[in-house]
Amino acid sequence: MLAPAAVWMAVFVAAPLGVVAAYSFLTRGPYGGLSEPWTLENYVRLADPLYLRIVARSFRIAAVTTALCLLLGFPLALFLARSGRRKHLLLALVILPFWTSYLVRTYAWMFLLRDTGLVNTLLVEAGLIEQPLPLLYNEGAVILGLVYGHLPFMVLPLFAALERLDRSLIEAAADLGARPLQTLFRVVLPLARPGLVAGALLVFIPCLGAYLTPDLLGGGKTVMVGNLIQNQFTAARDWPFGAAVSLALMALVMLGLAVFLRRGGERFL
Amino acid sequence: MSRLLAVYATAIYAFLHLPLLILAIFSFNASRFTVWEGFSLRWYRAALENSQLVEACRNSLVIAAAATLVSTCLGTLCAYGLWKRRSAPITAGLYVSLVTPEVVMGISLLAFYQWLFRYLDVRLGLHTVVAAHVTFCLAYVVLVVLARLRTLEPALEEAAMDLGATEWQAFRRVTLPLLGPGVAAGAMLCFALSFDDYVITSLVAGVDSETLPMVIYAMARRGVSPVVNAVSTIIVFGLGILVLVAERLRQS
Repeated sequence: MLAPAAVWMAVFVAAPLGVVAAYSFLTRGPYGGLSEPWTLENYVRLADPLYLRIVARSFRIAAVTTALCLLLGFPLALFLARSGRRKHLLLALVILPFWTSYLVRTYAWMFLLRDTGLVNTLLVEAGLIEQPLPLLYNEGAVILGLVYGHLPFMVLPLFAALERLDRSLIEAAADLGARPLQTLFRVVLPLARPGLVAGALLVFIPCLGAYLTPDLLGGGKTVMVGNLIQNQFTAARDWPFGAAVSLALMALVMLGLAVFLRRGGERFL
Repeated sequence: MSRLLAVYATAIYAFLHLPLLILAIFSFNASRFTVWEGFSLRWYRAALENSQLVEACRNSLVIAAAATLVSTCLGTLCAYGLWKRRSAPITAGLYVSLVTPEVVMGISLLAFYQWLFRYLDVRLGLHTVVAAHVTFCLAYVVLVVLARLRTLEPALEEAAMDLGATEWQAFRRVTLPLLGPGVAAGAMLCFALSFDDYVITSLVAGVDSETLPMVIYAMARRGVSPVVNAVSTIIVFGLGILVLVAERLRQS
């Protein structure tokens, strides 16, 4: 029963990653091809400040996105956990956008934020501004797009953790004289920690390797690691370096996965 | 406190759903600018008359159908196998394919195909795209079907086997019918994922296998166009219905 899937993954997951691993130790040929000698040069190049800046930017964007998702998602998860019978319908409304075309949802923000987009048009017509604001093609737009796309990943595990939370503990805290905020920080948040960690990783990991959002909403100016990789394999035609960047990114992602599985993330499989 | 939360939740729901709703409304705008000039279907007509879009849509449907068929079969068998007997390497493989960034999966498949083509006489085309889509859909099917399996009673199959059914018969006649809604839900989610993918597809597609997301992406890069608004609305509406049905099935 397992054999067909096992063979498929060996051929289309393991073998391709193996090929990339091998390429990452080769040298770029004169016309963008691959040639010997075998070298570590591609990994050394990662330390170049030019690329370190891109890595740092990716980490920063992923971290800010995670923090924003947490801030926005926690109250929503709390609301969902307390909403009784309509819970599943309300939860479905949070998940639904996740399954409906990421590309279209990113495009929707281009439609809203560009110079002649709805937001700028309305602001100009209201007389609040004279020139359209540069809302699109910057880091802020990228973060907005990522938060929009990844919020469900944060809300789901938080909701699961908060739903399991024993409400009598909250009442006990109140009986013992805790103010609502004290209860939140000293009782609810520590108990919801597994969901918090899981949600943070489920947002952080995909954001670190994001490609489409920085490409469309960053307009090629906000380059993240994903864009660097794509560029090396297309325009720059430096496959060995692109392969080395990919493996470095994979290593980070695997690290995130290991933490997720170790720290209370729900075992989906 | 709970009033405040409800107001807050409404604001978040607006944030999640308004952008698509606004896009849908403006796809019916007679003007090509962001000023409302009256209801019109002209952009939908323009989309249907655009042969590049129609051709790409046909490609996307063919790819999604093929990828769904293959990954649903492989994934259902795999989930069933994992339900019977845990397997650390398979689970690890599925997790890796779930967390691999799209761009990394795309370039690794591209590099793999290029390496393979030195020995085989094939080129990039619809088949390479289908294989790539099966690869990223597989784990999702296993995830959905396995969740369904875990709600089933293992004793049912044992009873069937006690009554003389072979393992295959017990799976085919007892478990699979009970699993039906889970498999259907997995297949629909697969279709939605495959139909929507841009990043991986664009890397492994050949010249004759342009998909709908690739055309939309190219149009979006050139700037916002009302035709894209119309096509986007159709896609969101279609996939939305598909996913709602899948969600229903998953919870039935």
